[in-house]
Amino acid sequence: MSGAGNREAVFPTRQSLGLMKAKLKGAQTGHDLLKRKSEALTKRFREITRRIDEAKRKMGRVMQIAAFSLAEVTYAVGGNIGYQVQESAKSARFRIRTKQENVSGVFLPAFESYTTEGNSDFGLTGLGKGGQQVQRCRETYARAVETLVELASLQTAFVILDEVIKVVNRRVNAIEHVQNKKQRDTAAQDVEMKLRREAAEKAGDDKENETSGGDLLGDEEDADVIF
Amino acid sequence: MAAPASTYKDREFLAVIGDEDSVTGLLLAGIGHVTQPPDSQKNFLVVDSKTDNATIEEAFDRFTTQRKDIGILLINQHIAERIRHRVDTYTAAFPALLEIPSKDHPYDPEKDSVLRRVRRLFGE
Repeated sequence: MSGAGNREAVFPTRQSLGLMKAKLKGAQTGHDLLKRKSEALTKRFREITRRIDEAKRKMGRVMQIAAFSLAEVTYAVGGNIGYQVQESAKSARFRIRTKQENVSGVFLPAFESYTTEGNSDFGLTGLGKGGQQVQRCRETYARAVETLVELASLQTAFVILDEVIKVVNRRVNAIEHVQNKKQRDTAAQDVEMKLRREAAEKAGDDKENETSGGDLLGDEEDADVIF
Repeated sequence: MAAPASTYKDREFLAVIGDEDSVTGLLLAGIGHVTQPPDSQKNFLVVDSKTDNATIEEAFDRFTTQRKDIGILLINQHIAERIRHRVDTYTAAFPALLEIPSKDHPYDPEKDSVLRRVRRLFGE
């Protein structure tokens, strides 16, 4: 039995014992559910972390290929097209939208890329020569950006899940170590006090009660054997 | 618990802070967007050796906190290295911050802020 600090402020009566027990039961159910949620999220989290690792490596390769195709363009066009491209950028052709996925009550946003129709900037880039290379380079980079978008989704999910898991775990631990303990202690104290009071009330009758209880148990066993 | 929908509903562009080649390539893919005048803003910043760190930080701030229409911010790893303290302390989910390799600087997983976080979480 611990000190008064670990006790909810209730009087040790039979009624509050019942209430306390109900509360403890509720807390345990809540704890189990939260624990399960935390585990489901952690499982997802580990999967995402692994995929991030893979995607980062893939990105390294893809970007390398893309950079090479840009070098091809520079070679074919015979000059740097950077300035021209930067100046002619007006409206994004390649855009992203977000959609949601529900994992154990947590909404994880995911990016999805799409291209708007109709506006192709840089129409004149590489008109003189190297048009084919420019076209190929655009495709390569579009694929690279798709990989990046995928990676960004994973990363966002990672950041959000990380946060949510921390919150859930904190709640699980709070119930485990503070609430439950308090309620358990209160219930235990109550039981103890009740027993002590009962013992004080009928000090002499205790032994007889116990023996009669033993006889009753014996009877039931006999009956079971017969039928 | 999760971010409300309003924080990412309108985010439809990518932004990029990078060297000239990376920016050119990504613009070729079609991510470039310039908002309507009078206050036309580009969603890309070309960084070379002459660009000072304050400019990069300012662009970083603009893309991450001020503009609400950017979903993903791409930044070259060697440029992220120059404002590393800002990148490492950036923890928001939106916009997602991605460190990408550049032509002259191959990708180093050790420096990536997210991968480092992954490692720390799994105690490696």
